[in-house]
Amino acid sequence: MSDTEIEYDTEGVVKKFMYVNRKAPYGTIYALEVLEAVLISAAFEQHACIVFIDDGVYQIRKGQDTAAINMKNFSKTYGIIAMEKEDADEDEDMDMVWRIIVEKESIEARGLSADDFIVEVEVIASADLAEIMAEQEVVISG
Amino acid sequence: MIHTVNKSPFERNSLDSCLRLSLKGSPILLLEDGVYAATSGTSVSDKIAGAAKDHPMYVMGPDLQARGITEDEVIDGITVVDYGGFVDLVVEHGTVQSWL
Repeated sequence: MSDTEIEYDTEGVVKKFMYVNRKAPYGTIYALEVLEAVLISAAFEQHACIVFIDDGVYQIRKGQDTAAINMKNFSKTYGIIAMEKEDADEDEDMDMVWRIIVEKESIEARGLSADDFIVEVEVIASADLAEIMAEQEVVISG
Repeated sequence: MIHTVNKSPFERNSLDSCLRLSLKGSPILLLEDGVYAATSGTSVSDKIAGAAKDHPMYVMGPDLQARGITEDEVIDGITVVDYGGFVDLVVEHGTVQSWL
């Protein structure tokens, strides 16, 4: 048996991640799977842009109540993520840039506005969002 | 960055969202059911032909073949690639955004 200690050196590896949510929350598993990945990203203190496009904007709509369909209301988890983001923004020792973005065209098509979401969002038009997307190092889509 | 679309344009809006949110000049690869967008003579052909002027457009040959679409039916300006070609595109362009 070897008594060699294995050391994992992961310190300092920070990448720009984008999470692209394009599916409504409860009809398919995509939304929940992306959320799991977002939480892992937070644990490793990576940079993250969490983006909601198309029906993905419905994931963070206010007033969700899933009691009668026997599914977990995970919109609340985005509320916690937003709180963690605020903490990270205020903590000078923490190098973790997080943004929560909704695409302007998607919310307008659905008759929604920035006030309709459970978290504070940046509303960004597609042309500018395309630029932000192109700057990312890793993109995880659902 | 390279964009991939794997849904039929007649069933989903994945291709429209891809075209709205991709920078001019960034390549787009159509694969799986996304290859239906590459065929000429459809209600979306003109849109795709227009997009092919702004983006290098590729389509997966094995997915065309599986669906009975011949290369003659592919819109002019779209390049047919195989799996090796897909790998080359990813190596060249780095980050992948999959429009699912």
